[in-house]
Amino acid sequence: MLDSSLRSNRLPAAPGVGYKPQHFEQILDHAQPVAWLEIHAENYMGDGGRPLAQLRHLSQQFPISVHGVGLSIGGEGPLDSDHLARLKHLVEWLNPASFSEHLAWSTHDSHFLNDLLPLPYTDDTLARVCAHIDEVQETVGRQMLLENPSSYLAFEESTWSEPDFLREIARRTGCGLLLDVNNVFVSATNLDFSPQGYIDAYPLEKVREIHLGGHDEDEDDHGRPLLIDSHGREVVDPVWTLLDYVLERSGPKPVLIEWDTDVPDWPILRAEADRAQAALDRIPA
Amino acid sequence: MSVSQTIFHDALLDPSAGVPDGLLDAAEQPAGRRFSVYRNNVAVSLTEAMHQAFPVITRLLGPQNMDGLAGIFLRKHPPSSPLMMFYGDEFPDFLAGMDQLSHIGYLPDVARLELALRRSYHAADGEAAPADALSIPPEEIVQAQLEFAPAMQVLNSEWPLLSIWRFNSEEDAPKPSPGAEDVLITRPEYDPTPQLLPTGGAAWIARVQAGQTIGEAFEKTSAEFPEFDLGATLALLLQGGAITSVTIERLAT
Repeated sequence: MLDSSLRSNRLPAAPGVGYKPQHFEQILDHAQPVAWLEIHAENYMGDGGRPLAQLRHLSQQFPISVHGVGLSIGGEGPLDSDHLARLKHLVEWLNPASFSEHLAWSTHDSHFLNDLLPLPYTDDTLARVCAHIDEVQETVGRQMLLENPSSYLAFEESTWSEPDFLREIARRTGCGLLLDVNNVFVSATNLDFSPQGYIDAYPLEKVREIHLGGHDEDEDDHGRPLLIDSHGREVVDPVWTLLDYVLERSGPKPVLIEWDTDVPDWPILRAEADRAQAALDRIPA
Repeated sequence: MSVSQTIFHDALLDPSAGVPDGLLDAAEQPAGRRFSVYRNNVAVSLTEAMHQAFPVITRLLGPQNMDGLAGIFLRKHPPSSPLMMFYGDEFPDFLAGMDQLSHIGYLPDVARLELALRRSYHAADGEAAPADALSIPPEEIVQAQLEFAPAMQVLNSEWPLLSIWRFNSEEDAPKPSPGAEDVLITRPEYDPTPQLLPTGGAAWIARVQAGQTIGEAFEKTSAEFPEFDLGATLALLLQGGAITSVTIERLAT
């Protein structure tokens, strides 16, 4: 369980964007820049050069969220201690406003698979994920936020619902939660449950950050919709509607636009952030 | 039915394997091609990483051939760390071992150059010695020992490596002519810059890196390569900000 003195999350309840190096100049030149930026931790684990120089520069003007994609929190094996040390080093160097990772696994037998792979929601998984989060929070010396995945399939062996599973992890470890609203919509469509029902069951009081992103549409073997979390286009209208549903219940939160493939020109990304601001402005008093 | 990560992992990397039992769709039927989303994500993301890491190899082979080759490579050598910026270390040796590519003998060296450019890009920052650091009497220069920036990289090649790289990455670059080329990569600001080293330059740099003085390294290198041009080599290093310190151990008098 996390020492309460380590709970620090200083992201403003305003829109942020996933930082892409091609937007460096425009972000700095913009008269009204976004409120904060998120980086993928693994892209800043080199020893120097332009990536770290840019990050140093940006961190003087913007709150930064460090978002890990490679720690394999749900892995059956032990956490990669080298990687954990790199993460600790990055967080100590940058002193970011927030640090988050995923409810997923990506490494097995020292093979890194470069994808966020799914977990069965069982008591065994729960114990393992909590032990890993304890280790991460103790090593890095910070509260971490845990993000809900996009699911394309379910495990027969699962005995927990995802919202209950996340609630229990947060209760046991003291971690916060990162609610990816697009992931909820993608999973709800793929696994045929109500996204509003998911939000109703989800511990919104633990949410420290919200993610939004675009997804692709495909079909499964039976012609049913299969949505794929691609982060390569605009957020679709039903996800914006679901964001309103969340914000009405959670109150204002930091909202991030993720756009990682086919990265658009800055004005298009900026327009998505403006749309998130409008959603925050709509929250009933 | 419990699906271990070993089972999941093995099925992900083997396209001919079936979908593991115990994975379901929304109607609690076998997951079918829903599993392929993960299989596809892994293959596509790693293939894309190889395209980004080896743009000149991709251009030399064509994107479709590169896709096929990356598909074989990623199953034989999945990333061993989440640092995708360094993925592909084994690619030069992998290319060298592909019989069907043996007619393009320079491919492994081109891959080494692309790896070295990436290592240079992410290397620690080093503060360059001032431009006049070697404006000292010749008898002192020969006594000097040098330290190089972490971003400096040197490649030996029996092929016209730099000319091949340029021809495939720069507009208007001339067609390569036969001949061996050694390449120096420096990173004056944040952009790694490959340049042609004079004959013997790579051997001299290796000796200086091993701790020999400028003079000792020069004598041994000149014996091996009589045409070795020390002045031109030093100028390249200084202009590229690759020399970070000059130490002169004066003889006791």
